[in-house]
Amino acid sequence: MVKGIEKYGIPVVHMATVVPISKTIGANRIIPGVGIPYPLGDPTQGEEDSYKIRERMVRRALKALQTPVDEQTVFEKDI
Amino acid sequence: MAKYKIVHYLNQFFAGIGGEDMAGYEPECREAVLGPGLALKAGLGEDYEIVATVICGDNYFGENLDKATDTIIDMVKKYEPDCFVAGPAFNAGRYGVACGTICKAVEERLGIPVLSGMYVENPGADMFKKDVILVETGNSSATMKKVVPKFVNLIEKMCKGEEILGPSIEGYLERGIRVNYFAEERGAARGMKMLIKKMAGEPFETDLPMPKFDRVAPADPITDIKHAKIAVVTSGGIVPVGNPDHIESSNATKFGYYSMEGMDRLSKDDFMTIHGGYDRQFVLENPNLVVPLDALRKLEKEGEFGELVNYFATTTGTGTATGSAAKFGDSIGQRFKAEGVDGVILVST
Repeated sequence: MVKGIEKYGIPVVHMATVVPISKTIGANRIIPGVGIPYPLGDPTQGEEDSYKIRERMVRRALKALQTPVDEQTVFEKDI
Repeated sequence: MAKYKIVHYLNQFFAGIGGEDMAGYEPECREAVLGPGLALKAGLGEDYEIVATVICGDNYFGENLDKATDTIIDMVKKYEPDCFVAGPAFNAGRYGVACGTICKAVEERLGIPVLSGMYVENPGADMFKKDVILVETGNSSATMKKVVPKFVNLIEKMCKGEEILGPSIEGYLERGIRVNYFAEERGAARGMKMLIKKMAGEPFETDLPMPKFDRVAPADPITDIKHAKIAVVTSGGIVPVGNPDHIESSNATKFGYYSMEGMDRLSKDDFMTIHGGYDRQFVLENPNLVVPLDALRKLEKEGEFGELVNYFATTTGTGTATGSAAKFGDSIGQRFKAEGVDGVILVST
């Protein structure tokens, strides 16, 4: 799906927990998810902290979409 | 004569520990033959022994790649096996990646021949077929019986150090390795025969299959985020409660667009997940873990980006054919392009 959309020239940031799969399918901008049953947030840390994690990750996703890349890039840290 | 020793790797499901609820299961080693190991044991006969089975939950492996690999290597090492076998994983994606990862590591670090098996569309297949011999299986464990003889043959050859022939003969996925041999006919004759077959519309086998480069160049970044239109897509199976369009929980053949207009977050009263490949308890409680509407609305209000597209596109990623996913992506991309979407956040579980 990532490639299907990106080929229209729209940048896609793939937020996925298993980064090697994301790389194999050909995503160009990748943000590692927190866990498979909860990619954006961590409910085991309570709702409030889980939300904070999610907001930080979404901010990072917006940054990734504004970052030029030449090759597959994993955005590990907040920029 | 001493028996040839084999160590077998299974995930929590095939080892009989449990389903998605046990996918966080930490590596464990049992001196027992479990699940698909029983079929291998029966096929291998008296001269071979599965001395141990290493079990690890798929989520634990996926989320702790390095740590899980190190732990499992230590477990395998002490048995000094003649061959290490993982799976087969059929079309289970996380399991396939785990099988490939651990096989590659065992071969590299312990110098032991390794073997796994999976369905050709398993993401682990593309990732590891060059490194590891992967028996080609069907997409479900119903095909186990059919592949046991292939496993048995390859395990025997690996234990004895015998030559392994080409992929179409032995039944494993093509690894892209070229082996020289003398053909009976010269190239010109082979070429003419192929051409005649091609003109007659008959199937023929080329000497040199072209590689498929299936990559899309990175799109240009968003330059004006303050006015950018952002859309959300997910393969995490988020749908309105009741799943009105009947999107499948596995091997999806369709996707849906669902409105988020006027919402500040996805409520569990309105949305659920029907994904059949992960433990859904957290997302059923809070769908924003997959479609982060709460965070996006806040950032939209703060002016961090222009506007959020008022619907999201969704399907189930588990067991879904790559051909289907490509079609969904194409269709979604076309719509987004027409509507002037500037950037997409795609969340996968």
